Amino acid sequence: MSRPLDMLINLRKQAVQRLFESKFKAEMRITVGSATCENAAGSEAVHSRFEELMGEHAPKATVLSRVGCAGKCDMEPVVTVITRNSIPTKYIHMTPERVDEVFKKHVLDGEPIEEWTMRHHAGIKKAERVVSVCECRECLRNGGKAIEKAFLAEIEKSGLSDRVVVMRSAAQGPEEHGPLAYVYPEEVMYKELTPEKVTEIVASHLVEGKPVDTYVWTGDRIANRFQPVFGDVPFFGSQLRLTLRNCGVIEPESLDEYLAVRGYEAAAHALTDITPDDVVKTVFDSGLRGRGGGGFPSGVKWRFAASQKVDQKYIICNADEGDPGAFMDRSTIEGDPHTILEGMIIGGYAIGATKGFIYIRAEYPLAITRLEKAITDAREAGFLGSGIFGSDFDFDIEVRLGAGAFVCGEETALINSIEGKRGMPRPRPPYPSIEGLWGKPTVINNVETFANIPVVLLDGAEWFSTVGTEKSAGTKVFALAGDVKNTGLIEVPMGTTLREVVYGVGGGILDDREFKAVQTGGPAGGCLPASLLDTPIDYDTLAEVGSIMGSGGMIVMDEGSCMVNVAKFFLDFTQNESCGKCTPCREGTKRMLEILTRISEGEGVEGDVEKLLRLAETIKMTSLCGLGQAAPNPVISTITHFREEYDSHIRDKHCSAGVCSALATYSIDAEKCIGCTACKRVCPVDCITGAPKVAHVIDDKECIKCGSCFDACKFDAVKR
Amino acid sequence: MTESTKVEVVIDGVTVQAAPEQTIMDVADGIGIRIPRLCYHPSLSTLGACRICVVEVEGQRNPVTACTFPVADGMKVRTSSPLLRKLRRDVVELLLDNHPKECQTCERSGNCELQDLAYSLGVRERLFEGERKRFPRDASSPAVIRDPEKCILCGRCVRVCEEVQGVTNLSQQHRGFTNVVAPAHDCDMSDSVCIQCGQCINVCPTAAFVENSSTDEVLDALGNPDLHVVVHTAPSIRAAVGEGFGFPVGTPVTGKMVTACRLMGFDQVFDTNFSADLTIVEEATEFLSRIASGDRLPLITSCSPGWVNFMERFYPELMPLASTCKSPMSMLSTLLKTFYAEKTGIAPEKIYVVSVMPCTAKKFEAKRPEHMAPEGYPYTDAVITTREFVWLAKCLGVDFQNLPDGEFDNPLGESSGAGDIFGATGGVMEAALRTAYEKVTGETCPNLDFMDVRGVEGVKEATIDIKGTKINVAVSNGLNNAKTILDRVEKGDKTYHLIEIMACPGGCVAGGGQPYPPSGTYVLDPELTKKRAQALYTIDAQKTLRKSHENPSILKLYEDFLGEPNGHKSHELLHTNYTAQEPRGVR
Repeated sequence: MSRPLDMLINLRKQAVQRLFESKFKAEMRITVGSATCENAAGSEAVHSRFEELMGEHAPKATVLSRVGCAGKCDMEPVVTVITRNSIPTKYIHMTPERVDEVFKKHVLDGEPIEEWTMRHHAGIKKAERVVSVCECRECLRNGGKAIEKAFLAEIEKSGLSDRVVVMRSAAQGPEEHGPLAYVYPEEVMYKELTPEKVTEIVASHLVEGKPVDTYVWTGDRIANRFQPVFGDVPFFGSQLRLTLRNCGVIEPESLDEYLAVRGYEAAAHALTDITPDDVVKTVFDSGLRGRGGGGFPSGVKWRFAASQKVDQKYIICNADEGDPGAFMDRSTIEGDPHTILEGMIIGGYAIGATKGFIYIRAEYPLAITRLEKAITDAREAGFLGSGIFGSDFDFDIEVRLGAGAFVCGEETALINSIEGKRGMPRPRPPYPSIEGLWGKPTVINNVETFANIPVVLLDGAEWFSTVGTEKSAGTKVFALAGDVKNTGLIEVPMGTTLREVVYGVGGGILDDREFKAVQTGGPAGGCLPASLLDTPIDYDTLAEVGSIMGSGGMIVMDEGSCMVNVAKFFLDFTQNESCGKCTPCREGTKRMLEILTRISEGEGVEGDVEKLLRLAETIKMTSLCGLGQAAPNPVISTITHFREEYDSHIRDKHCSAGVCSALATYSIDAEKCIGCTACKRVCPVDCITGAPKVAHVIDDKECIKCGSCFDACKFDAVKR
Repeated sequence: MTESTKVEVVIDGVTVQAAPEQTIMDVADGIGIRIPRLCYHPSLSTLGACRICVVEVEGQRNPVTACTFPVADGMKVRTSSPLLRKLRRDVVELLLDNHPKECQTCERSGNCELQDLAYSLGVRERLFEGERKRFPRDASSPAVIRDPEKCILCGRCVRVCEEVQGVTNLSQQHRGFTNVVAPAHDCDMSDSVCIQCGQCINVCPTAAFVENSSTDEVLDALGNPDLHVVVHTAPSIRAAVGEGFGFPVGTPVTGKMVTACRLMGFDQVFDTNFSADLTIVEEATEFLSRIASGDRLPLITSCSPGWVNFMERFYPELMPLASTCKSPMSMLSTLLKTFYAEKTGIAPEKIYVVSVMPCTAKKFEAKRPEHMAPEGYPYTDAVITTREFVWLAKCLGVDFQNLPDGEFDNPLGESSGAGDIFGATGGVMEAALRTAYEKVTGETCPNLDFMDVRGVEGVKEATIDIKGTKINVAVSNGLNNAKTILDRVEKGDKTYHLIEIMACPGGCVAGGGQPYPPSGTYVLDPELTKKRAQALYTIDAQKTLRKSHENPSILKLYEDFLGEPNGHKSHELLHTNYTAQEPRGVR
């Protein structure tokens, strides 16, 4: 029998050869973002237009392919043009019309259209080279600031200021070798920098074009696949992409491309060189914790299941992503489906399961299509089925669709659903790792957890455990949304502070308004105020301050958000999604929602907050599953941090954010009003009176509190 | 179990040895600590849904449910604390807040687990009252009424329907606050696969399931001077009805029951046991002729209307095997409007037949077209359950406890001991075997006690040697157990000659219309069923007449009216047929 790793290496060689012939030898490659979000933004039309044009003009040296979503939602569709010896150009907001222009100017004439690029949007000028200096905490501790200064000074001195851009990034990967700096387009990572070394690098590399090999970090981490393509844009440069390492980089439907980025090497390596027990130990040692929200150590879970001596065990990938606004798992699957399969294969081998299920919501058709294609391709290649990788280990995977109930993301409800039962949680114990699917030991991890497994095995548990914090190793993917400048999918090391996310990766609050709160953990999480912005993001710290990590929702809110309303929104969600099995969740969330509703409608009475807290305690302590146990979190955290807002709703019948329409009162400040009539013209019920150039008046009795006048006034004269 | 596998647990300061597979609730029960509970039922799978039995376990972040949590060595448990009392109180209040405020007018008033809990946990005010769920009451079925507004979603009915009866008609539907227990697609009970057995009523802690009561009709009939109102009581009533009047479980009260009927105003009081004997004579004849022809075997009994409904929906292909005999209730009711009417000269339309049954499915059976007279009137006018009988007696001021014993009216009141044991699982089989033995051999059966077919086990099999003729018999109770036997029949795994199936677990003594058990026992408790059955076996043992075919009134009936067993008149009046029903059940 040949060794699995030999088989894999052989297949990879063939794949790379095929890719070279079909793609990589081309002068120019164009990739079009292709994912649910990209498609919704119109990327298929963009792709088609490129195809038409290339068919018409057929520049031989150009190839077109699809890649997953890189995570910059507000800029989609994204098109990347990659040419040799220059930094990949990322075009944003592409349309078929823009394609025509890009094709003419960039593809045919070699002149990028700078104003449509990501770097232009980020305020970075086009340059021959980009030096990205890592300013993660580790690098800063080792003198990263001085390195940035040294680069700037030396570049100035060498007269390269117009040709080289120096940018700050964070989390470039091998931070144990910091301070680090990455130079585009040579894709060179300099390690252990000192100002002296910088002088030498500028002179040799930046002036003469000769990288200083002795200072180059020569390690190869699969975690470093993303940076060469996207790292020159600050939004991406300040992230560390382990889970999302291949998203936006490889063609998701191509097994060859996955193989080329060392895909399936971790699985083959495990099957060849590592005993199942040692795989479990590696995962344990890495400190990887479940990314689905609970943060249970994956190694412990695997160990429980591995120690069961039974005929059949199962591996389940939980892809039933249900938090409102969360799309981490969908993007990961759509951008890099083979990673999930590989993580599951390794899990199956480790615990002795021969069968895996991916439970994914039916509302993710593209992700399902890509998973199914990946499974078919992996089977054909011998990575799934009987005797995988030529070993004597059998493992296969089946996709199971969920109908979209939020509670089916809870592992025991998910098991019920796969078994064909109503998706309601079961009491634990017994835990699934002892008695799960069809009563057999079952390991359930979510998409993100499985995506990390190949990284743990190839880049090493030891390294992995150094990323993040002591108790929360690795990175976390978040769907950053709300009133923040950069929204999208982000991945940062654990321990990154909320401030770093909001003001760093997120670029700060929209229109530079006042930050009010950040909500993490989705409906099970909490709202944290400005005073907690320096909280490091890890499982335990977030829990301590009354929120949770959750699966990765992160919503930033500015002063225009009403905390009572936010709590009401999430509770409305959970009470709708409660399966109805246990009393406190089914009945209690309804009562909490009723109280919140009356508070927001001006019907709140003294004692309501106390009732909310009493119900919250009962629900948290007695609910059957995580859904109910966490449902009161948004209410508790908003009461804890924004109690005065509840009190003013109840006592003063006032909503300072002006969100609770029943409480809003609008009036016009006669001092500020210049009588421009703008408010009068937009009022849908004609309740504003006043002659031009005379202060206007709102008739409160007629006013329907729609807020149109408030938005229309340019003189800050309308008060609410 | 060896000592070494035991664990030591401390519950409320009491150190106790336990088996590791025991739950906290189980162990606490054993030392006299009764943790409040609601969804838990000892005979059903554990759900952990109501969250009332929460207890504190040292080292656990949150309280855990005692009904689901296994004990472990060194575990320290507190079953009561200010926190637990608050949590339990609030959880029960949450149930009450979404429950009609109809305690005084509710059928389960004074006999409601929710009411008891609210009282004992000290819910004296409603802190969180708000919107209440609204669902229509489903009275489409003649047997079982579903009232979702009173449902507290404990899931016992869902579990009994699936796990005990194998019907799976009920399930929780919709999410959160809109959650409701209903048949598939929210359809009416009458359009569902419900087999009308009433076990959902028995396990329901509130009045979310109740029988479709006929007491008003009975009261009207009793008050109508133009009607000749007669009653007959099923074998198992005498073993259970006493519980409704404070007698200990298993007290036979045949005589008091008869007297009560007379005091309530019934003109004649007959015994369904009489027609149980008649059923045996007819069925034994049918069985022997099938044996002789080697045709349509095994013969499967057809007395249990829940089973008949089940067969017609789940196993219609086995209908040819079922005995064509009507149930004892239908046989007697038919005779009352034919033979009895003829004999007394009372027009059958003027005779109002009430049957007292342990069963809700009988209400459905009585309304089946097969059980109507050709003239269009029903043979049985009203079926009341044992529970309704108890209520009726109380309503009519009958002091049951202190009644003298009475005797059934004749000739339709005389019965053998074989008729009495019809009420227990295996009883029909035993009665049939007594007669079959003597019919086959022409000799006296040496031992009338067929112990192999007695007992509350779900499936019993035996081979009966009738002087060299081996008869393979099987007995099941609880329809999920029937599946075991029926699937063997279908696959041809085993040759059976005679099969008795009773729908309810333990037979009619634990039927869907029997009294809610007194405290100290519970619905589906095998001990309860055994005691009720024992009452019947005791009556049987004390009789000298113990074989159906020796009942002189039966013999006279054939002589005067029916002719011979399985004869033309019998077929016309005492036999029936079956029809596959839609919707079909999923096995």
